[in-house]
Amino acid sequence: MNLPASISEARARLADRTLSANELVRAELKAMAAARPLNAFITETPEIALAMAGESDRRLARGEARALEGIPLAIKDLFCTKGVLTTAASHILDGFQPTYESTVTRKLWEAGAILLGKTNLDEFAMGSSNESSHYGPVKSPWRRAGDNRPLTPGGSSGGSAAAVAAGLALGATGTDTGGSIRQPAAVSGVVGLKPTYGRCSRWGIVAFASSLDQAGPFARNVRDAAVLLRSMAGFDPQDSTSADRPVPDYELACERPARGIKVGVPGEYRVAGMPPEIEALWQRGCDWLKAAGAEVVEVSLPHTKYALPAYYIVAPAEASSNLARYDGVRYGLRVPGEDIQQMYEKTRAAGFGCEVRRRVLIGTYVLSAGYYDAYYVKAQKLRRLIKQDFQAAFGRVDAILTPTTPGPAFALGEKADDPIAMYLNDVFTVTANLAGLPGISVPAGLSADGLPLGLQLLGPAFAEETILTLAAELERAASFTARPEPWWRLP
Amino acid sequence: MPANKPSEIDTATVRRIARLARIAVKDAELPALAKELGGILAWVAVLDEVDTAAVAPMASVHDEVLRWREDRVTDGGYSADIVANAPAQEAGFFAVPKVVE
Amino acid sequence: MSRDASKLVAAASGPWEVVIGLEVHAQVTSAAKLFSGAATAFGAAPNAQVSLVDAAMPGMLPVINRVCVEQAVKTGLGLAAEINRVSVFDRKNYFYPDLPAGYQISQYKQPIVGKGRLLIDLADGTTREVGITRLHLEQDAGKSLHDQHPRHSYVDLNRAGVALMEIVSEPDMRSAEEAGAYLRKLRAILRYLGTCDGNMEEGSLRADVNVSVRRPGEGYGTRCEIKNVNSIRFVQQAIDYEAKRQIALIEDGGSVKQQTRLFDSRTGSTREMRSKEEAHDYRYFPDPDLLPLELSEAFISGLSASLPELPDAKKARFMRELALNAYDASVLVAEKETADYFEALAQGRDAKVAANWLTGDLFGHLNRLGKGIADSPVSAARLGELLDLLTAGSISGRAAKDVLAEMVDSGQSAKAIVETKGLTQVSDSDAIEGLIDEVIAGNADKVGQYRAGKEPLLGWFVGQVMKASRGKANPALANELLRKKLAS
Repeated sequence: MNLPASISEARARLADRTLSANELVRAELKAMAAARPLNAFITETPEIALAMAGESDRRLARGEARALEGIPLAIKDLFCTKGVLTTAASHILDGFQPTYESTVTRKLWEAGAILLGKTNLDEFAMGSSNESSHYGPVKSPWRRAGDNRPLTPGGSSGGSAAAVAAGLALGATGTDTGGSIRQPAAVSGVVGLKPTYGRCSRWGIVAFASSLDQAGPFARNVRDAAVLLRSMAGFDPQDSTSADRPVPDYELACERPARGIKVGVPGEYRVAGMPPEIEALWQRGCDWLKAAGAEVVEVSLPHTKYALPAYYIVAPAEASSNLARYDGVRYGLRVPGEDIQQMYEKTRAAGFGCEVRRRVLIGTYVLSAGYYDAYYVKAQKLRRLIKQDFQAAFGRVDAILTPTTPGPAFALGEKADDPIAMYLNDVFTVTANLAGLPGISVPAGLSADGLPLGLQLLGPAFAEETILTLAAELERAASFTARPEPWWRLP
Repeated sequence: MPANKPSEIDTATVRRIARLARIAVKDAELPALAKELGGILAWVAVLDEVDTAAVAPMASVHDEVLRWREDRVTDGGYSADIVANAPAQEAGFFAVPKVVE
Repeated sequence: MSRDASKLVAAASGPWEVVIGLEVHAQVTSAAKLFSGAATAFGAAPNAQVSLVDAAMPGMLPVINRVCVEQAVKTGLGLAAEINRVSVFDRKNYFYPDLPAGYQISQYKQPIVGKGRLLIDLADGTTREVGITRLHLEQDAGKSLHDQHPRHSYVDLNRAGVALMEIVSEPDMRSAEEAGAYLRKLRAILRYLGTCDGNMEEGSLRADVNVSVRRPGEGYGTRCEIKNVNSIRFVQQAIDYEAKRQIALIEDGGSVKQQTRLFDSRTGSTREMRSKEEAHDYRYFPDPDLLPLELSEAFISGLSASLPELPDAKKARFMRELALNAYDASVLVAEKETADYFEALAQGRDAKVAANWLTGDLFGHLNRLGKGIADSPVSAARLGELLDLLTAGSISGRAAKDVLAEMVDSGQSAKAIVETKGLTQVSDSDAIEGLIDEVIAGNADKVGQYRAGKEPLLGWFVGQVMKASRGKANPALANELLRKKLAS
């Protein structure tokens, strides 16, 4: 059987009964099994997938198909799934089976989507390469031309990006705290969308940094991302930061003309040392949008260079508190100690990997007595200035175009010893999290050594439709059709 | 740089912070950790370039106000679920090493 | 505030002044918890009233309960305090097994209620003002049981997440008596408002007591905090013990160390807590799962308009309209139930008589039975009937006391008891004159003495007539008739 290339195609084939959900799921499960060398999944859920496919086929037969009926998805293992191991790729959540379902995944299942498995990620979503996972790194399906060294799929949602890129799922969920959807999407050659903060409920998603975390979809194309977002988004009274506003039909936005939309290009993103191929890609993006009738103008986001340092205060501070609940008392790993304090210290020392420990310690430090104002409050002030930069820019333009990453995928291990070099992967994506804005990464070309590169569109709060319209235009213009060679399949 | 930002982090500070965070750290790991954390703190100190005296800190990107739930009992009553994942439970309680007050 | 020298503690080196501030944790009266939909009721099976949020399961988020906000604002209004239009919930980070998230959601820099005041009523009938520093909303922790297993502590999260109001006083109290008066008054206000049931046995009201000592007129000394004292009597014992301990320390040439201490109710002493030896660093920061709490003027004025009459206003009204003295009025308003009972009883009756019967006779019976006014076997309406019989002269004062005792024991009405026991007062002149004649005839010697000028004997004669009537004779009438007969 030919696997459908997109959710749109699958929906059409499922609707006209030339493909059953069961056939589709079986094909994906087979592809997943064959792709185990990628290490994209922490948990595969074939029984659940087949049971859900059965229900979808019954509904399809009755003509009661829902929006995502029969569409198999991969779920980042940061979303709590009822009765299914949920690890956040951390040793400390060993054996944790939630008795509840996250709002986003519940909405997906209610729309008829099917759970294939839980994807690998950086531990607690802290990382940009998937190397901090307790379950080992995901290997990118992509390789440099003439080079067999394993590459990172990006992070933290590396497993989701790899699964979609390798054709193991038609779509996937991710979460984006500093770029964890857009950056892996860009380096894996797929579409990744981070919605406006508050657009998707955070209820039931293992928290990393509460004021920055936002769930979003990975897909093969822009329209599929729009379709997934429509089912994921929406008001949740269980999340005090969830936005109480209607969910538009994002798919329609992909059809709208880009003509007349004003797009800003921020000079501050032209950082020193930007590789020429990234700069060239960015220029091509501008040209494509102009050709489609959009107006491209320079804008200024003066505090851009402070975004990443501010992020590395705010995110670890919130994380240090969010991760305090992993104490060996109510779930997950417990390492015995002579007394309760020793139990805490041993459990958390054994349960957290190096990157998580590093961030918890940094976060604890910046909140501690005497340093709170100098670090945390300072970072929150910069955050306001960064948001104000965007507000000023969006007074003049409807969207902003930037590269998604400073470069293509790097080799596993290449940046493992230098945390700050690793953090710089998020330099173009982190601003949207600090300001709570929507962003999307679209595959837009290949690097000199044959690796995917992405362009990012940012919009004002709740302007997902605008960036989807522009993203669809970029996608048409770029006509990115490259696919990784399936080297991982055993002969 | 304000006086309350140290230029580097010593091992005693790392030990204190690790204790606050309840993460056991071996003495041998302290110097490397101190260097690492010090490096990150030095890197984020670039924020001090910006005069923020007149800027209010922003804790949330939301412009909305806090929503309230009604005072109704809508949850609970599933103690088995609450302790289902517990590493140790006895008689419906979570069990932990004895705490001395 | 005047300094009463009698409150100073005498010591070898001269007098000491005790300085006391209280942090009271009052459980908010609400059906559900502060940030979850789990129930707050007392006494459920372990972990039965726990939501996923209360257990801090991964990915769980808080949503605030409207009524808890209302209760905090009402309490603030009842304490004549500033209500902050914007307040912020912060995380207070520390590790403890009954604190599931590893942080408590509390309010640190911007509490919902600011400065206020409370008038305390002292035993001598005077009042004093104690400043309220602030009131904030926060989550209660769960409960750790340390005595169920030799090597384990057990954790029950039923209380975890229940809304508390932390009400912080200024260090304005100078004696255990004042601290007791503060707690009684605060509890009364909370109960009048219906914002906390004030039940100390069930832990609805707990106090952290800050105690320091100083030479009169000097700056504050180093204070110790005594955690979680759960009765007014224990608070007073803890203060007395702690003041003596600190004075003795200083008198012996030592100094007081700032520390957290525990009160042991068996020995009446305090001791340093063992578990929290390290310096606290709570790393407060605004909870990113919540937004600032904003209150509209309409919301506040609506609650303000709904406030009931509070003890001080009620006391003033009792004094002004019912001509009660300050002492009686404070006793009557100390508990809302007492005040309600009194108002029902005094309706259409002599207020002073009603007050005396309530606070003297009925309270005596209730004390004997160990009951509160809310559980009184004699309702206000029933006691009112008794007072009406007394006022009409149908029974004597003495008989009335016996009738009340019978009412308390049997639950019968005053009329029924009076009729069954034939206690109706004899106001028939002929019948009483007959008895008088008998008494005069049988006591010729006393009659002689009286007529010779020993007039105080009249009381003895009245007593004899009452005795002969088995208490039923109207004493005033007996008195009048005796006077006439003895004079003739």
